[in-house]
Amino acid sequence: MSLDNLTSNWSKLRVKRPQPDQYKDAPYKWGMVIDLDACTGCNACTAACYAENNLPVVGKHRFLKGQAMHWLRIERYWGEGTESTQEFPERGAQFLPMMCQQCEAAPCEIVCPVGATHHTPDGLNSQVYNRCIGSRYCSANCPYKVRYFNWFNYPESAWPSPLEQQLNPDVTVRSKGVMEKCTFCVQRLTEAKDRARTEKRTVRDGEVLTACAQACPTSAIHFGNMADSSSAVARMWKAQQVELSADRQAKDDQREIDEQQGKTDGVLRGYRVLEQLRTYPSVVYLERIRSSEV
Amino acid sequence: MSDTFEEKEVAVELRFQPKPKDIDEDIAWAQINGDVLRSLERPRPLYWVIFFGSLWGVYCEIYQYNTGLGVADLENPQVWGLYIATFIFWIGMSHSGTLLSAILHIMHADWRKPIYRFAEAMTTFSLMTAGLFVLVHLGRVWQFYYVVAYPNERWTWPNFSSPLVWDATAIGSYLTTSVIFLYFGMIPDLAICRDNATGFRRTFYRALSIGWRGTDRQWSNFRVTYLTIACLLIPLAVSVHSIVATDFAVSQQPGWHTTSFPPYFVAGALYSGCAAIITLFIILRYTFRFEQYMTIPILEKLCKLTFAISMVWTYLNFIEYAAVWYGTDEFAKQSLIYRATGDYAWWWWSMNILGSVVPFSLTLKRLRTNIPVMLVVSILLNLGMWIERFMIVTPTFAHGYYPWTWTQGWWPDWVQVGIVLGSFGWFNMLFMLFCKIFPSVSMYEVKEMVYHRRLPRKNLKPLPAEG
Repeated sequence: MSLDNLTSNWSKLRVKRPQPDQYKDAPYKWGMVIDLDACTGCNACTAACYAENNLPVVGKHRFLKGQAMHWLRIERYWGEGTESTQEFPERGAQFLPMMCQQCEAAPCEIVCPVGATHHTPDGLNSQVYNRCIGSRYCSANCPYKVRYFNWFNYPESAWPSPLEQQLNPDVTVRSKGVMEKCTFCVQRLTEAKDRARTEKRTVRDGEVLTACAQACPTSAIHFGNMADSSSAVARMWKAQQVELSADRQAKDDQREIDEQQGKTDGVLRGYRVLEQLRTYPSVVYLERIRSSEV
Repeated sequence: MSDTFEEKEVAVELRFQPKPKDIDEDIAWAQINGDVLRSLERPRPLYWVIFFGSLWGVYCEIYQYNTGLGVADLENPQVWGLYIATFIFWIGMSHSGTLLSAILHIMHADWRKPIYRFAEAMTTFSLMTAGLFVLVHLGRVWQFYYVVAYPNERWTWPNFSSPLVWDATAIGSYLTTSVIFLYFGMIPDLAICRDNATGFRRTFYRALSIGWRGTDRQWSNFRVTYLTIACLLIPLAVSVHSIVATDFAVSQQPGWHTTSFPPYFVAGALYSGCAAIITLFIILRYTFRFEQYMTIPILEKLCKLTFAISMVWTYLNFIEYAAVWYGTDEFAKQSLIYRATGDYAWWWWSMNILGSVVPFSLTLKRLRTNIPVMLVVSILLNLGMWIERFMIVTPTFAHGYYPWTWTQGWWPDWVQVGIVLGSFGWFNMLFMLFCKIFPSVSMYEVKEMVYHRRLPRKNLKPLPAEG
């Protein structure tokens, strides 16, 4: 941010985000819905992400150390365990695909000393690799811990020749010492926006998908433009009564009412992870409906 | 009424027994000069052994620089490791130099005079060491200057809402001011060195003493300037560690998001700094045979000061625990429970014992005046304070908001430990260089002290205060 920009747009920069109508007139606000009921934990999204975004495979040893570079990870949780699941614990597992939540009030953005991570007008939380100096403060402040640091110079080891031929030419190959994270496949978004602009229109719903959404065999991951109120994602957010600028979802209120009335079948399933921290993520998860609960 | 007359007499006599003197007021001024200048002579062989103690750290850093930070076994939640913990430790060490030289100067505590010089050198060098850690922990250290707010052709500025930028600014200004303060306070002594040196050294000291002749005008300007810098330095010292504390307090990580962090950090900083002064006091007293200047009564005063600060730290430490325990932040509470019972429980308990129980040994006169005991105690106190910083950084990362952000039993590897040990070598190197190039006891202020102590005995009135 230049000093001119700072002084002339002071009042604009001081606005607290997110605002309820922040993206009303904006052409794009990218968002996601992940239906945990449909997720089978197959890891296809993770593999697709590795292929699309030139993620280095670090090897077993470094993976166990916690130095993996998976922008999208499948978090596995074991259920409380009914009798049938105790015998076959794999049936009791639940999965949560976790990637950068593209928070509207991102904790990482305010603490980056050099402004390498900042908010785009599309509502993305972008990472500027050649500005990053690797202080890792963003990762320290990320409650989801979805930022991944280049601990080594991976291009030297991860893609021995001729594997470098399979790298995606649209995506930077990061060097050691910079932070990286899920970008919502910003290269695809940019391409789609460019194409739409030459045709003098906005991006149509479903025209562009992230790699994970494209690869998901059960269509658990939905991606789209939330500024377009007719898009599938915007409609799903609306159906789940999840609001971008709210830190508590209607689901929680509904559940309290249901419990008072003795009902347990909540209709609303949408929630965002760690909402109470007021990070306002752009990813909505739909709770899984367990057979025991139905 | 069993007291006999004799017993009463003894009691009265005991009550009026003179206090032990801070300094023998009959030391000749030439002897002061001679004793201090002797410390600048050719060092013993052991000096060179310790001098190169930092080489191992340099090797580790080169290896890490070439290979990437992964060799330090840092991982996803444990992104900072020992580097930031030791950074806080060194920043903390830098505080008591200012306490001794600036705050006690303004408060006219003249017992600080024989010992403030090396304390101030400690300030400067520990700040330099701390700055080194910021660089060591950066992923792309070759671009560290992006953090500094400097005008450039791209019109890019650092992100002013980030505490790291505040850090860079605060540490930069504190380091600059303390270097100026250290140098400025040394000018009259450098003139003494100049007058007693020959050859190359004489040229060197002549350049540094910038024409000091000790005229009245020079002295009065000196006093005013010294006081001004002292006044400037005190708020800087307080702000620099408060800002380091905001690195953590601003963050959302459970266990850090506490408003009591800034005063807690400042108290901890003064605490570890005072303990380090005791350590260096004892080492210098032994090495340079400064028994006449670094006397036991002064050591006792230092110990009392350290004890008072340790109790402030203990209080703030318990406030932090209490605020978390009785607060509504469930995550922070879990983090606290994890610290006390989890993988790092041993360290947590030893930190509390070393930081809050061991200082009670400073209250006993018998221990306080025993030099070997005080050496061990002061090192233990600093060990406790180092563990405190370790406890702030590592267990917090190990226990984030939900299980997928947890690590189990993370321990630093040899590269990190090597760099941390190397930093002690680096600090020693700077400090030892200082001791051999500059007088580590302020000659002119010891003379002042001796002079002022002589006045009441000769029934003279002190000169009107200058400046």
